[in-house]
Formats: sequence, structure tokens, C-alpha cells
Amino acid sequence: MRWNKLTDQHLQEGGSPARLTGKLLTVASLILFVSALLSLVLGPVSIRPDQIFLEILDHFPGVTIDSGLSKVEAAIIWDVRLPRIVLGLLVGGLLAVAGASYQGIFRNPLADPYLLGVAAGAGLGATIAIASGATNGEGMFDALPIAAFIGSAVAVGITLLVGGAVGKSTSTVTLLLAGVAVASLFTAIQTYIQQRESATLRQVYSWILGRLSTSGWDEVIMILPYAVISVTIMLAMRGALDVLAVGEEEALSLGLRPERVRWMVIAAASLAAASAVAVSGLIAFVGIIVPHAVRMVVGASNRLVIPLSLFIGAAFLVLTDLLARTLQSPAELPIGVVTAFFGAPFFLFVLRRRSDGII
Amino acid sequence: MELFNTAQASQGLNLKKISVKLGGKTVVDSVSIFVEKGEWLSIIGPNGSGKSSILRAVAGLVKATGGFTFEGENLKELPPRMRASIVSIVPQIPVVPPLVKVIDYVLLGRTPYLGRGFQPTNEDINLARSVLSDLDLISVSDRHVTEMSGGERQRVIIARALVQQPKILLLDEPTTALDLGHQQEVLELVDRQRRNLGITILSAFHDLTLASQYGTSMALLVEGRIADFGAPSKIITEETLKNIYGAHVSIQKEGSMISVIPKRQ
Repeated sequence: MRWNKLTDQHLQEGGSPARLTGKLLTVASLILFVSALLSLVLGPVSIRPDQIFLEILDHFPGVTIDSGLSKVEAAIIWDVRLPRIVLGLLVGGLLAVAGASYQGIFRNPLADPYLLGVAAGAGLGATIAIASGATNGEGMFDALPIAAFIGSAVAVGITLLVGGAVGKSTSTVTLLLAGVAVASLFTAIQTYIQQRESATLRQVYSWILGRLSTSGWDEVIMILPYAVISVTIMLAMRGALDVLAVGEEEALSLGLRPERVRWMVIAAASLAAASAVAVSGLIAFVGIIVPHAVRMVVGASNRLVIPLSLFIGAAFLVLTDLLARTLQSPAELPIGVVTAFFGAPFFLFVLRRRSDGII
Repeated sequence: MELFNTAQASQGLNLKKISVKLGGKTVVDSVSIFVEKGEWLSIIGPNGSGKSSILRAVAGLVKATGGFTFEGENLKELPPRMRASIVSIVPQIPVVPPLVKVIDYVLLGRTPYLGRGFQPTNEDINLARSVLSDLDLISVSDRHVTEMSGGERQRVIIARALVQQPKILLLDEPTTALDLGHQQEVLELVDRQRRNLGITILSAFHDLTLASQYGTSMALLVEGRIADFGAPSKIITEETLKNIYGAHVSIQKEGSMISVIPKRQ
């Protein structure tokens, strides 16, 4: 075949494809780092930033520095603030990446991570755990996150089984409808249990509003393996999602097996969402608003949107959690309320500014 | 109808008794077509005669029975990736995703050649740029595809199909959305690529004049069957168009060029 030889001029004018550049990664990491740092420094107990820095440095292998912090202050840093920040990073990153992935698969920017029954399943799981009293004791083994996780997994599993035998090609609309039906069923069961055990209402309600409460590092350790697996799969599939953006038939004509990509991404995104929900309840808006904000800045390519949503989602949730625990300190606002309170107006603003069919 | 002998059959695109069923209805019924390598076969026929289904069957997008070979290779046995490195299709109504730049869209054509992470290499990017410059699109390669006019957009979609470096190019009504000037421009461009690169083209056409002027040969499809095959001047007659399309036309010939002129009764 004869293809025209390129001149240098072409190479300069030829447009630059979407690529995750070092510059973008640096900016995203900086945003993440600053958010985490702010969150570490600010809190009901004020601790000097330089002391926190020394305290952390002290824990590096081979370094010994006296930070001048009391035992209690050191414990606040290591057992209260840090685990909560890390959990916030994980949950925010997971929700945002899961949202971006669902949006890629369903080719709909309003798809959210709770779409296929994750939320309803987790809600039922949590309600059962609370109603059966498996989650009340101090220091006792807490069954709530595990019950919520199992509930999510079962709900999404049923959606996938009903929406089309796994691996076979079915339309995404069938899948969405199956998700709606499964969510209604699970919510109905949850309501029934709540009616019978009205004492649990308050606890279930507070769980639904979302909260990053940690008991040391337990929650982080619990979801870390799922987070790593699901994020790895979604990152690996980001290029394939760009191909899928032209629809399943054209993707097939380009040599992609669309159903394979679809099932892998849906499984990974649901796993990510279920892990996040299990330890934080139903935090609204992160999964929609973060990928959308990223898209506004860098364009629609999933090569950029998926990895950058991970960073920005993590930063966003840590910052909103900072607001949740400081605005009415020492009382805490539910984080879901804060994300929605700031997220909804921002979203409306965006809608108004760009109503050109992009979102 | 035997349209070819076996000696020829190993050289080009050979469809042997292919049938396609959609929703229980046979839309392509035992069609045999042979297109010599580097030639352009135009398929004409009324709405619903099965033109698109033949193209989609060649691209492997619908289930079909029968034989699909190109240069002796069985297309049906190839996995999607391999098939996509031989056949590319310009769909009748392509899905154009929002907020995607021309260069990124055109690079999708490299999908069958990319590794696991689907990251285009510098060579892929250079190839895409060279096709864009060939098609006079290099200056718009940073713009969004959705922002472009109909003619430009159609060129971008053809650019994607060419970046796929196909041996067979399938065009499904490639000029439907375009005005006359852009129709000619797009078809000239495709024909130039065919001559330069030796691509075999199979296209479905509504416009009989364009079909007859650009294709090197023509097939008339009626209700899923080949009704006629050969030179455009042989197929496009006032009588045929009246019987098959129910159209009243007069046909003008100027050398080998045919023009179909609709006439009001």
C-alpha cells in the first residue's frame, strides 16, 4: 500500500490525540495531595501542621524525629484522621471511577454507580444487619459493611442474570430495566422489614445518608483488595470504552468484542460501587458530578476521564468530608448531605452553562 | 446465476449463496456476488431490498449463511479483530460521540492493530495524520466531530475507515446526507483512494446516477435477490426503473456516463 509520506508540517498541525500526559497527572496528584493535607491538619482538635509533618516523617523507616506531639495527639493523627482520610480517598475514587465507567458503557452521562441495584441491595443488607442486631455492640465485630456488600453483590448479580445471560449480547436497555425492577424489589423488602422493626428506622436512615466513620483501619483494609482489583480492570478498559463510544455495532466492525468489554467493566464498576457503599452508605452525586467536571476540562476520552476521575473523586470526597466534620463541629453532618448540598447547585450551574447536548 | 469462474474467484471478494435473516424474515436470499480486487461494485435496489444487509454481513455484523472469501481467505472464520484489519465499513448513520476530537475519532480505525491497552503508538498517530492530510482535514483535526458540517463529517468518517487500512471498503449510502457538490467530492475521494491503494469497494446506493458513474460494475437487488448484474448501462434502463422502482425517468447517455432524470407524469 502507498500512503503519503508525512512532512514535518503535518506532524505539527495534525492535532494531538487524547493522552494522559505527565502534566495532567501532576496537576491531579497535586489537587489530591493538597486536599488530603488540609484534611489532616484541620479538625476539632487543632494540631500544628509542622508537628504533623514531623510525626509522619518519624514513621518513615530509618528516621527518628521527635514531633513534640502528645500521645493523644499522635493517636488522633494515626487512628482517627489518617484512616478516615484514606477511606475518603478510596470511597471517592471508587465512586467517581465506577460512575465514569457506567457512563461509558451506557453511553449516558447521567448513569450513576448505583444504577444496577447496588444501592437498593446495600440498603437491604444494611437494614437486615441493623434489624437483626448484628451491628450494635461497641468493639464487637461489625457486620453492617459486610451485609451491605453482600446485598449489593446479590442485587447486581440478579440484574445481570435477568438482564441477559452473562456473556451473551443483550441491549443495555434491557439491563437498565432489569436494574430498575431489581431495585424496586429490594427496596420493597427493605421497607417491609423497617415497618416491622420500626426501632431500626433511625439507624437505617442515618446509614442511608452516608457517613465516613471509621474504627481505626478496619474499613480501609476491608475494601482495599476490591478497590485494587476493580480499579485495575477499569483502568485497563479505558481505551476499549473509547471504542465502545461509537456503539456496539461499530465497535464490532472495528474489531472489538463489545459484550466482553461490557461485562468486564460492569462487573468491575459494580464491585467498586458495592465496596464504597459498604463502608460509607449512599453518598450521592460523586459518581456523576466528578466525571462530568473532568469531561468539561479534558474532553470525553475515557483514556483521560477514567484515571483523572479517580484522583478528583478522591480529592472531592476528602474535602466534602472535611466540611461534614468541621461545619458544625463537634457535631457531624452526614457526608451525603454535604455532597448533594454543594453538588446539586454546581450541577445546575453546569447544565445552564453548557446545554449544547454535551452532558 | 454464475457470475464468475473459479480461477477468478481466488483474486477478489467472493460471496457465495449468502443469506441473511432478520427477525425471521429472509432479507438476503442466496446472493452470489464477485468483486475483482481493486474494483468497485455498486449495489442498487429499492428500499428494503437488502443492500445494507449484504454489507453488514460482509463486515460480520449480522448472522449470515453462505461463503465469504477474499483472496482465498475465509472471512467468516476470522475473529473480529482480524476481520476488521481486512474489512472496514462506513455506516449509513454513524454514531458520533460528543466531545471527541477528529484525531481521536479517526484513530479508532487503528483499533484492530492496537495492543491490549488500546494505546495508539506514534506510528498509528502518524498514519492517522497522513490520512487526515490526504483528505484535507489536517487543519480541523483538533476540533470536535460533532461541530463539523455534513460534508466534513462524512470525510472524517471515511478517514476513520481508511485509517483501518482495509482491503475491502464497504460504503452504506455514503452520500445520503450530502448536497450535490459534497456527494461528488466524497465519491471522487473514495475513488482516488481505491486507485491508489487497490482497495476493493462494495457500496449501496440510492442515487442511481452516482452509482452508475462511480462503480466499475453494478448489481440490482430486488427483494433480497440479484435481479441483474453487469455494466451500469445494461442495468439502468427506463423499463427496469419503471418495473422495479415504480419510477418514471428518462435516461441520458454521454459516452459511458449515464444520467437518470426523474420525470413527472
